[in-house]
Amino acid sequence: MSMHTLDAIRETACREWQALEQDTRPRVLVGAATCGRAAGALPVIEALRTMQAKEGLDIVMTEVGCLGLCCVEPVMCVLKPGQPAILYGNVTPPVAVEIARRWLLESDPCPDRVLATLNGQRMDGLPRFDELPMVQGQVRLILRNCGVIDPTSFHHYLARGGYLGLEHALRMAPEDVIEQVKVAGLRGRGGAGFPTWFKWQLARRAQGDTKYVIANADEGDPGAFMNRSLLEGDPHSMLEGLTIAGYAIGAGQGYVYARAEYPLAVQRLRNAIGQMREAGLLGRDILGSAFAFDIDVREGAGAFVCGEETALIASLEGHRGMPRSRPPFPAQAGLRGQPTIINNVETLAAVSHVLRDGPDRYAGVGAAAARGTKTFSLAGKVQRTGLIEVPLGATLRQIIFDIGGGVPEGRTFKAVQTGGPSGGCIPASLLDTPVEYESLQAAGSIMGSGGLVVLDDRNCAVDIAHYFLSFTQEESCGKCPPCRAGTRRMLDILERIKAGEGTLADLERLETLAQAVKDGSLCGLGQTAPNPVLSTLRYFRDEYLAHIAEGRCPAAVCRALITYEITEDCNGCTLCVLVCPTNAITGKKKEMHAIDPTLCVRCGACIDSCNLDAILVH
Amino acid sequence: MDNGIGAILDRYPRGDCGFLIPILQEVHGSQGYLSPRAVDAIAVFTGVSPGEIFGVASFYAQFRFTRPGRHTLKVCLGTACHVRGGDRLLDFLERQLKIKPGETTPDGLFSLERVACIGCCALAPVVVMDEKVHARMTAVKAQRLQKKYGA
Repeated sequence: MSMHTLDAIRETACREWQALEQDTRPRVLVGAATCGRAAGALPVIEALRTMQAKEGLDIVMTEVGCLGLCCVEPVMCVLKPGQPAILYGNVTPPVAVEIARRWLLESDPCPDRVLATLNGQRMDGLPRFDELPMVQGQVRLILRNCGVIDPTSFHHYLARGGYLGLEHALRMAPEDVIEQVKVAGLRGRGGAGFPTWFKWQLARRAQGDTKYVIANADEGDPGAFMNRSLLEGDPHSMLEGLTIAGYAIGAGQGYVYARAEYPLAVQRLRNAIGQMREAGLLGRDILGSAFAFDIDVREGAGAFVCGEETALIASLEGHRGMPRSRPPFPAQAGLRGQPTIINNVETLAAVSHVLRDGPDRYAGVGAAAARGTKTFSLAGKVQRTGLIEVPLGATLRQIIFDIGGGVPEGRTFKAVQTGGPSGGCIPASLLDTPVEYESLQAAGSIMGSGGLVVLDDRNCAVDIAHYFLSFTQEESCGKCPPCRAGTRRMLDILERIKAGEGTLADLERLETLAQAVKDGSLCGLGQTAPNPVLSTLRYFRDEYLAHIAEGRCPAAVCRALITYEITEDCNGCTLCVLVCPTNAITGKKKEMHAIDPTLCVRCGACIDSCNLDAILVH
Repeated sequence: MDNGIGAILDRYPRGDCGFLIPILQEVHGSQGYLSPRAVDAIAVFTGVSPGEIFGVASFYAQFRFTRPGRHTLKVCLGTACHVRGGDRLLDFLERQLKIKPGETTPDGLFSLERVACIGCCALAPVVVMDEKVHARMTAVKAQRLQKKYGA
């Protein structure tokens, strides 16, 4: 198909979008990405549909992606004709029906349930979306469509400027496209920060019968969900970038290697690829150019190491996902021995942006050494959990305290874990570190793909190190002995320390082993696996020492070193008795209960069940 | 006779090991596990030996080799879930169901599994019962869930 035909489709799409905005019927948008659904978005939609049918209310309902305000999900946006769009949070089915009734049928916007007004419109006494503490300080380039458009609608994406980047790219020589990405200063958003243009140029210049581009959507870091949200909320933005990358290096085939644990994202991707094919954005002579390209989705089968380029390629070829030594780099000899580039989902979405609005605009955001924005998933012990996008160079303090609202009341901030199993824990004293590739590395962590997990005083540094190491130990593919056996030995030591049986010599041993694993491993998994241990040893050595010398876990986490006790606040409600899996709790109704420490396994079920906080851990 | 495996294989090119994992995934999805018979059929079709297929399949966390229970309960052990007590939740469920991760209750009702991260970190800790994600779990809520599905 020609550019001309896409123009015609775009015109229709824009007309539809305008008609939607000027619709005389009320519209309700419900955030129904995986997180929204987990919080109960689907019953909300169901309840509104039932109400619609019963009361003859004509509402246009749309399921949208995630706006990023996960802490107040399910989230619902109500657009009443002639009124500002209003965003509501913590919506349950009865609340949704009540809002629809009182705001759409009458004139009460239910201000106590309102989060903010949207689209820059103002209503007396209500904050605007961009004034919310969680949104101030964010720059939403990558996430601009998430929670705004219907992610299953090709026309919505087009109406918001979608595929203009591809159109611009196809009018340029491939080398010029690479130049644009270079001027934008875009670096890989998967974590390592390798300059994107450089990889592309290597592949462009490499000789090969066929070339491949692969989107790495195997978001394997536990505690990270940026790519999931983007793929669920705006799948075309990544696919457009992948197609541009294909054109730039001269590839004929693209793959999206997506996590099978993300079924909704995979479904949205398949749907979007079908729409691209139908519109002639895949296939031969794309937009009247001589460029031919197709995209296929492959589901990862649950192996963390497949986030590593050469392991991912092995997996795509039908083998065990084990990395190989480089060079040759995939850009020279990758999938089936052909030049292949692998880019992260967010990197590719940024490519669409760079080609659509020009590299200067992108490079104008962020810090000198790190241009553009970065999405982060903010989770753990933080008041406002969610998906955020900030200019690179923002400080950890701005992210955790200004945007995230800090740790929950009554607790103190201990550290923030960045970079997942390859990263480290950054303590309070370094909260003013700007979020850039080099500065985070200097602090003993890495940027990583964007998982930020906040820890408070009730999280134990040794336990966190143990958690990550048990993860990498399990996910080690076993090829390099230092990684396979070294992480096992390190884990044994951490288990001893957690059990109160560690010695001072163990700390030295940990550090020696860590260095050996780093030096002797072929791929990033092994090279970075010791980071969580090393960074906690660096900043929280006193906690290790408390376990070893005093047999005490200061955060009261390590089970061998803690006891549970019921305090006098207990009113004998028996809830804990019912939930205790080992019958360790006894006591008569309405009388204070007691825990038998010999039977107690410290699973925490009683603490969960107690409404009076009458169970103490020490 | 072959539980629909033939129909799945028909959609793939014969003898191309590049499709091994998608084939395994589709068969696994339709049967719930990879039986020795299914592996044999896939081996004949792809030209990859059964030994190698087991080698590949056992590398990936997604595949299981025994029949799953009627309901599969996955406990997320991602970082955010861990710091909010996901490991304690798993421990609690192991004791409730009297099985370890990867096992199925003797009555065939529940399989217990651990999952590295399902990306619902902001609502941690979470468990997945069959396909449905349950957010902000506690031992009490888990017990209720078990009762609801066990009925």
